[in-house]
Order: sequence, then C-alpha cells, then structure tokens
Amino acid sequence: MKILVLMKMVPDIVEELEVAGDGTSLDQEYLRFIVNERDDYALEQALLLKDRLQAAVIVVAPEAPEVDDVLHTALAKGADRVIRVSGIAATAGTRSTVSALAATLPGIPGVLPADLVLSGCQAIDDLDGFMAPLLAGALDLPYLGLVSRITVDPGAGTAVVAKEYSGGVMGRFEVALPAFLGVQGCEKPPRYVPIAKVRAAMASGGIEVVAAASGPATTPLEVTAMAKPEATGHAEMLEGSVRDVAEKVADILAARGLL
Amino acid sequence: MAGNVWVVADHWKGTISEATYEVLALGRSLADSLGVRLEAVLLGHGVRGLTASLGTADSVLYVDHPALADATGEQASRALAALASARVPAAILVPTTNVSWDLLGLLPGRLGVPLISFCRDVEAIDGALQVSCLLYGGKMAVTVAAGPGPVVLAVLPGTRSPDSGRSAAVPAVEETSVDLADDSRLRLLEFEEPEAGDVDITKQDVLVAVGRGITVEANIEVAEELASALGGAVCGSRPVIDQGWLPLVRQVGKSGVTVKPRLYVAAGISGAPEHVEGMKDSEVIIAVNTDAGAPIFSVAHYGIVDDATDVLEALAEAVRKRKG
Repeated sequence: MKILVLMKMVPDIVEELEVAGDGTSLDQEYLRFIVNERDDYALEQALLLKDRLQAAVIVVAPEAPEVDDVLHTALAKGADRVIRVSGIAATAGTRSTVSALAATLPGIPGVLPADLVLSGCQAIDDLDGFMAPLLAGALDLPYLGLVSRITVDPGAGTAVVAKEYSGGVMGRFEVALPAFLGVQGCEKPPRYVPIAKVRAAMASGGIEVVAAASGPATTPLEVTAMAKPEATGHAEMLEGSVRDVAEKVADILAARGLL
Repeated sequence: MAGNVWVVADHWKGTISEATYEVLALGRSLADSLGVRLEAVLLGHGVRGLTASLGTADSVLYVDHPALADATGEQASRALAALASARVPAAILVPTTNVSWDLLGLLPGRLGVPLISFCRDVEAIDGALQVSCLLYGGKMAVTVAAGPGPVVLAVLPGTRSPDSGRSAAVPAVEETSVDLADDSRLRLLEFEEPEAGDVDITKQDVLVAVGRGITVEANIEVAEELASALGGAVCGSRPVIDQGWLPLVRQVGKSGVTVKPRLYVAAGISGAPEHVEGMKDSEVIIAVNTDAGAPIFSVAHYGIVDDATDVLEALAEAVRKRKG
C-alpha cells in the first residue's frame, strides 16, 4: 500500500504579520513559515496507517522557506521518501500550486498511482481555493474532506473514514481506493520526534528535489488591498497585576449578577 | 453583468442552516445592487419542502436526485457545475459550513471558475464584484477584485444577521433535473452521534473556553476550577480538541457547536473566524491572551493581555472568595 501526503508551508501567524509596501501582500522580510497544521495531521494519519499496514509513505511539498526542516522531520518520523518540488513560488496561490503539482506528480517515478492521497483540508492562506479538493479533481480521484479518522481494508480496496459535521456528529463513509482525503484531524496529535533523529535525517540528505512541470495557466486573483482588520468593536481592556485584573473581572461579574 | 446571483441553500438533517439565511441576506443586497435576480439553489433528495423558507430569494432552483441524498460534495458539485454551466450565474455564494465544505472545494475545479474564500462581504462597484475576505486566521483583511465571469464565493458565517435573510414570502420554485452518473466510490454508511453522558455546553450559562494559549493539558484543571467556581463548564477551541485534551463535543465553532451563554471566558484563544462564529453572540465575553493584537479582542467585551492560566487561577480565587 502506498500513501502520498502533500504538505505546504504557511505564514506563522503567531508572529506579527505586516503588510508589504505594495499594500496588497505580506511583508516577506520578517515572515516565518511553518507547516500547514492540517497537513501535519495528514502526515500523522499516514504514519498511523503505515504502523498498522506497513504502508509506504511518500511526502511531497512545494518549495518554500523552511520546508526542508519539515521534510527532514517527516523522514525522522518514519516517511519513506520526501520530495521537494522546486519552481513553485511560496506566494503562487493555491490554484497555481495545484496546477503545477497536478502536472508534476505523474512524472515523479514511483509516486502515482497511490492508494491514498492525504493533505490538509484547508490552510489559513487558501484565498483562491483549497488545495486538497482542487488537486483531487485534477487527479480524478474521489474526494472527501474534513476527515479525522481513517481505517483501511487493503484486501477490499476500501477505507472507512469519519468526516466531521457539526456538534460532534461524524459521518462514516466507505471510500473506494484510490482516493484523496482532506484531513482535518487525527486520532492523536502529530507525534514527537527527537531532534537527534531529525539531525540524522538531515545528515542523510534524504530530500529528493524535482523541478515543477508547467500546468495549465491559472489567472491569479487580483488582490487590491491588504490591511490589518479594522475592528468593528474592541474590548474594554483591563490592566494591572493578575490579581488586580481578577478582582476587576469579579467586580464586573458581580455587577452583572453572574456571581 | 447579465447573470443572476445564486445562493446555495445549505441543509442537513432536514433543516436549512442559519448560515444560509445570512448568505441569503448578503446575496439579496448584491443582487439588488447589480439589478439581477437572486436565486436560491437547493440540491437534495426529497427535500422540496425546504424551499418554503427561502423566500428572500426571487426564486428557488430545486434539483432532486437520489445521488444527492448523502450530502457528499462529489455529487453536489457535479450537479451544481452542470446547472451553472447551463445558466451562467454572475456569482455563486456558498455558506462556509462543514456540510458545504466539499462542495465549495470541488466546485471551482469542476466549473473552471475562480473561488474566493473566507469572504465576509461583497459589493458591486460599477458592475464588478469587490470581495472582502479575512485571511491568516483573521489577522489580515484582504480586498479582492473579482474578474469578469462567474465566481464562487465561500462566505464566512456572521456576515449578516440570519433574521435579515428570512422572509415569509413564498418563493417561486423551479424544479429542474441534472444527469448524475452513479458514483459508488463514496458511500455514506451512517451518522455517528457523539457519546452521551458528557456536558451539553449549549445549555450552560457560563463557559470557560480554553485554547492553544493554555499551553499544556494540566492547565485544563485550572479552567475546570474556575468553571466550577462560576457554576459552568469548560469548552475549547480546535487546537485543544486536536490535542485530545477535550472531546469534540466540547468544541465551540466549526465542527463543534454554537453557544450563547451569559458569560464566555475565552482563555488563550486567538479568535480565528472558525471559533468566533460559535461564540460571538454570548452575552458577556471576557478574553485573555498574551497577544494584544489577537482578533478575539475585537469580539470580547472585556480583554486582558496576560498569561491565560495565571489569570484563570487568580480569577477562580477571586470568585471563590466572593462567594465565601
């Protein structure tokens, strides 16, 4: 069984985001990138399936700042192959990235067909589309998103997956393989890997680099302005020591009859 | 721009979602400013009765097909793409809910039109659409000029009041058919309800909500202490659920529930749109976060820039002291 995991980097929003001089994009100078959180869960889901089914796990990620750290970490966690696709700008937009990946993946030896393709079902910068369903469509694979549990029956060539609805309700679906699943969560958080194992993966130089093929041209969205959101309202800020603010909150709760 | 404005009616378990009414209100103002008709599109099987509540639209396009009974995006996106290819609407507005999520993801590719996601508003300027979106977890506002031709808009919850999208008017219904080939690759087996026995957070007057900012699982206990002192319960945002620190039924927001308690304490929660949609109507919101720029402070009534766990601990003590 073969599982392909697609991962991408996104701006780290724990850091302060600034608008670039053009007024329509993020200032790249101080931008830090981290792996899209949902992609990390997709990798974990693939590794859990590998643990159960001895599946081969291949990770592919478009080139982006700090992506090598993510790919080395994936190797250290147990991925069998990690591949960086060069020539796709980190700021290319989802539609353009999908077009390039759909053109590139079939040409990488041993990657497709895969029994399962997993990727995060969304990312915080998906302004012009969500990568997983768009790529599923381009690869002509059936797609189900918001998935948080996957069990595979290799003999039957099917997977049973749990898709999140709302209020804790899950839809259980049977999916014929091969299929593309957009991952929202996993039975457990992404596994921890000791830094020594990551360093060993780095020393092994195990990242394959593949140049992106040209896909059909896509028209990027025209962003005409970017700015920090104007607050429609703002909290009354309570200041002072922790004890002071706790007393102030208690005063407010008492005045509102909440104590 | 000759095409009409479409709003996809999002429904599940026989009910039209609140988000649909919000988007109908948005669609109504867009259609009026473009001088075109607003059409609601209802896809499903045996749900014609749901058209009656869509009277904010000028008419309803209803597609009934057995393949649309399972609420999968695969077949719904094929049906909608077929319909839109034939009728060429100016814009297709879709509520961003878990039910419509896959439809939203697949439709632009099937239809060959752009998607603009995380939309919180759209207006027509000289006949062209200008779309306001919230990116990066709500930390950046972006304005997008939609090009000529149809566009799919993924509309965030909360853009308009749902009441403004309700109408007692009975809409004209046009039932139409689309050819959908059998696709046995995806099959709904069942819906799993959450395990009974846990607290129903939608029925609590007081909720202490914890997010990534509480940093470690052990700090859930601190939140429990405050909730206990206030006579409420603990709930959480997505990162806490992902870590397995709280069950999914305690999640507020997308995939979770919408709550409207008298008091909502948001501890270590940044305020991503997916969370805010589930708690913004709480009577009193007190937010604690180390990041003074966190979007949660735009929603909260009172804010504290400090460590969430420290504040919860001190507040529990202050509350206990007052209650004697």
